[in-house]
Amino acid sequence: MSDTSLSALAAQLAAKQISSRELAQQYLDRIAALNPSINAFITVDAHKTLAEAADADALIAAGKAGPLTGVPIAHKDIFCTHGWLTTCGSKMLHNFVAPYDAHVIQRFKAAGMPSLGKTNMDEFAMGSSNETSYFGAVRNPWNTGYVPGGSSGGAAACVAARMAPAATGTDTGGSIRQPAALCGITGLKPTYGLVSRFGMIAFASSLDQAGPMAPSAKDCALLLNVMTGFDPNDSTSLERQKEDYTRDLDKPLTGLRVGLPREFFAEGLNNEVAAAVEAAVAELKRLGATTVEISLANSGLAIPVYYVLAPAEASSNLSRFDGVRYGYRAPEYATLDDMYCKTRAQGFGAEVRRRIMIGAYVLSHGYYDAYYLQAQKIRRLIADDFSEAFEACDIILGPTAPGTAFRLGEKSDDPVEMYLNDLYTIPANLAGLPGMSLPCGFDSSGLPIGLQLVGNYFSEAKMLNVAHQFQRATDWHARAPEGLR
Amino acid sequence: MKWETVIGLEVHTQLATRSKIFSGSSTAFGAAPNTQASAVDIALPGVLPVLNKGAVECAIKFGLAIGATLNRVNVFDRKNYFYPDLPKGYQISQLAKPIVEGGALTILVDGEEITVNLTRAHMEEDAGKSLHEDFHGMTGIDLNRAGTPLLEIVSEPEMRSSAEAVAYARALHTLVTWIGICDGNMQEGSFRVDANVSVRPVGQAEFGTRREIKNLNSFKFLQQAIDYEVRWQIETLEDGGRIEQATVLFDPDTGETRMMRSKEDAHDYRYFPDPDLLPVKLDEEWVEAVRAALPELPAAMQARFQRDYGVSPYDAGVLTGSRALADYFETVAKTCGQGKLAANWVMGELSATLNKAELDIAQSPVPAARLGALITRIQDGTLSGKLAKQVFEGLWEGAGEVDAIIEARGLKQLSDSGELETIIDEVLAANPKSVEEFRSGKEKAFNALVGQVMKASRGKANPAQVNELLKRKLG
Repeated sequence: MSDTSLSALAAQLAAKQISSRELAQQYLDRIAALNPSINAFITVDAHKTLAEAADADALIAAGKAGPLTGVPIAHKDIFCTHGWLTTCGSKMLHNFVAPYDAHVIQRFKAAGMPSLGKTNMDEFAMGSSNETSYFGAVRNPWNTGYVPGGSSGGAAACVAARMAPAATGTDTGGSIRQPAALCGITGLKPTYGLVSRFGMIAFASSLDQAGPMAPSAKDCALLLNVMTGFDPNDSTSLERQKEDYTRDLDKPLTGLRVGLPREFFAEGLNNEVAAAVEAAVAELKRLGATTVEISLANSGLAIPVYYVLAPAEASSNLSRFDGVRYGYRAPEYATLDDMYCKTRAQGFGAEVRRRIMIGAYVLSHGYYDAYYLQAQKIRRLIADDFSEAFEACDIILGPTAPGTAFRLGEKSDDPVEMYLNDLYTIPANLAGLPGMSLPCGFDSSGLPIGLQLVGNYFSEAKMLNVAHQFQRATDWHARAPEGLR
Repeated sequence: MKWETVIGLEVHTQLATRSKIFSGSSTAFGAAPNTQASAVDIALPGVLPVLNKGAVECAIKFGLAIGATLNRVNVFDRKNYFYPDLPKGYQISQLAKPIVEGGALTILVDGEEITVNLTRAHMEEDAGKSLHEDFHGMTGIDLNRAGTPLLEIVSEPEMRSSAEAVAYARALHTLVTWIGICDGNMQEGSFRVDANVSVRPVGQAEFGTRREIKNLNSFKFLQQAIDYEVRWQIETLEDGGRIEQATVLFDPDTGETRMMRSKEDAHDYRYFPDPDLLPVKLDEEWVEAVRAALPELPAAMQARFQRDYGVSPYDAGVLTGSRALADYFETVAKTCGQGKLAANWVMGELSATLNKAELDIAQSPVPAARLGALITRIQDGTLSGKLAKQVFEGLWEGAGEVDAIIEARGLKQLSDSGELETIIDEVLAANPKSVEEFRSGKEKAFNALVGQVMKASRGKANPAQVNELLKRKLG
């Protein structure tokens, strides 16, 4: 496969140069070859994929194809998918076959895009390295001794390794952007409420948002066109006019005001990452943009605030996994309480248990005001910082992560060190703002570096415009890891 | 020592919506287990709640009916605890910002009007049911009830006796069924009462330690449970014991309350605002539309019945026991133009007959207009009270219109004095002994003669006319 961009694949399908079945089979073959070393997929079901591809071929033959009909896509195993194992990376759901489709899955099915399978992820999306998955760590296709980032690590790795032309991800504190950065692909977390959360297994409801992951910004724009839209099944879904996110891709960047938050270029940022991001800023200036230094004064509090609010919501969201109705149940227990304790102790991994305990603690009587309420107040301040910043600039730019991919096991014993990886991504989640990551270079070890854009509410089209113009002028996004076996 | 009882009630009313509060499943009672439990109700991974506007509308109706403050922005919270019939591991409820705050109900106890203030009323979802029988040592879970909308109505601790508590609970039951937000079926659990009970020495300002009696599903049990609990608390204190805060259950078989859990076992529910639901906003237009559609309320109707139909405050209270009864009474009263007589018939003969047949007013075989027509015939002298009862029997049996029954059964009162005089003459001739006794001063003999005349006329003689004619003939 030469040009594997979504628009190129769609064009080949439309021109009947290839069928959806043939295309799906090519990707299935590549998955079969590479997945043993990358572990990007938890579930692959060639029979189901090919049946969906056959349906897509029928649509194409009948002249009923949409822009992406027949192009296959991989789905993060956090989305309930009718008839597919849906594990959320956990032993707790190791045997759970979803009896319904998530809204996002429905959208892709309606668009005629066959599913290539369910991608690996940190357990219940809790992690930044994909090492917390019950189904084993995912390896970074650029160097299999390194992590792909997380929690959408399987999604990022399968796209980077060209095992899928695109993938869905979810982002609660950076889970689309950070693995996109570490794997050298493009990923976008939309404005909170733009994509329905129905059928997406909840981690932290007020932060979770699904988004596209693909090699390029243009691919992401096409996928966003499929994913977004009001859903009456999600009360936090926004009722807005449908947008075409490709509409502004080709606009020039002349006059674009790029805000550079002082706090994102401070201590803790790896030098090589800083240099690559600065080079990207220079490139944007060459394309007509101007820069302005801004301050997100409270962004330093984002991690502590996040690690109060996200676990609080998670501790409650994960209560339904009790061994009563579905999923894992401890084989032996004496009483009801014993059944709960053993089931949850055995069914959840260490990181999930840690966050449930933190969450239960901060919500408990006597601590709620000091932790949960206080965190909500600071969350408001963080959002206010952004509002103020967007008076001076059109888009905010910085690094996606403080460093590049780290070695497997390197940070697993130090949760706080691991949490710091989401330093730059969490503020956008707390404010509900859209954010994206795109490749902007490589470090001296050949590992990709990610550039982050944060836009104002509903400015996805503008962010995609900036990213696309950058990608027209550079080829970082077009590079793929070589020598994969 | 003299003791004072302090009671506050928490009532769970099941709202009469067709579907559940956060899903589209039916709320109908009695379906086979788990046939009315959707993906949302069984809390599959990934599902989300969507608020049923009908439930909110019920809460608005209630708030307006008790003159409460409606919080224009109110918030759903999660109440976290584990139990097999609570599928999500949390119940969606309202803690800090309930939809209804304040309001009051006026009740009548021993002829005295008492106002009971309400603290709040909030929306929440019901849990499922755990079935402990028939599973051979295991527990079955039925999630049909999970997600059924409830309005929990909390009173201030202002009641001072079980009679007041029962009167309040009855008034509340009347109101929620009256405004159509609850079917009021206590056997099916549509109206469940928790009673917080404490005692204190008369004159003491602070409340005693309370115990909460859970899940009382009849007014009789409510009364029995409170009476037992009050006696138990006073005895305990008088014996030098202490009351520990606790939740207790009432056992109707023994008539006693027993400990369910102590304060030490109390959960920390870790409430926090549900991030899956937006705050509920009540716009003025909606509230006003609901207000405009409210029926005339029991209190207003009681005042009007006293004013327009001259019934007593007590009778007005009884007649507004339900909207169906009130509507029935008003139709009767309007048809015959005799408020007091209508009240007597509705509360007397009709209610007694309905009770005997175990029928509700809505199932009465006698339509209100016919009962009104019957009273009209009493008023115009066509029927005596006794004959009227016979006509009523005819109406009950469905024998047709009042006049047709009178005609067909020959129940018209004798008012032709010529015919009556003939009967009286015959009676006097046949009872010389009584006539003689009367004339010698025995008043009782007169009544015996009246009786004979009534008997001879087969009950159709007008008693007043009989009296008058007899007196003249004997005089």
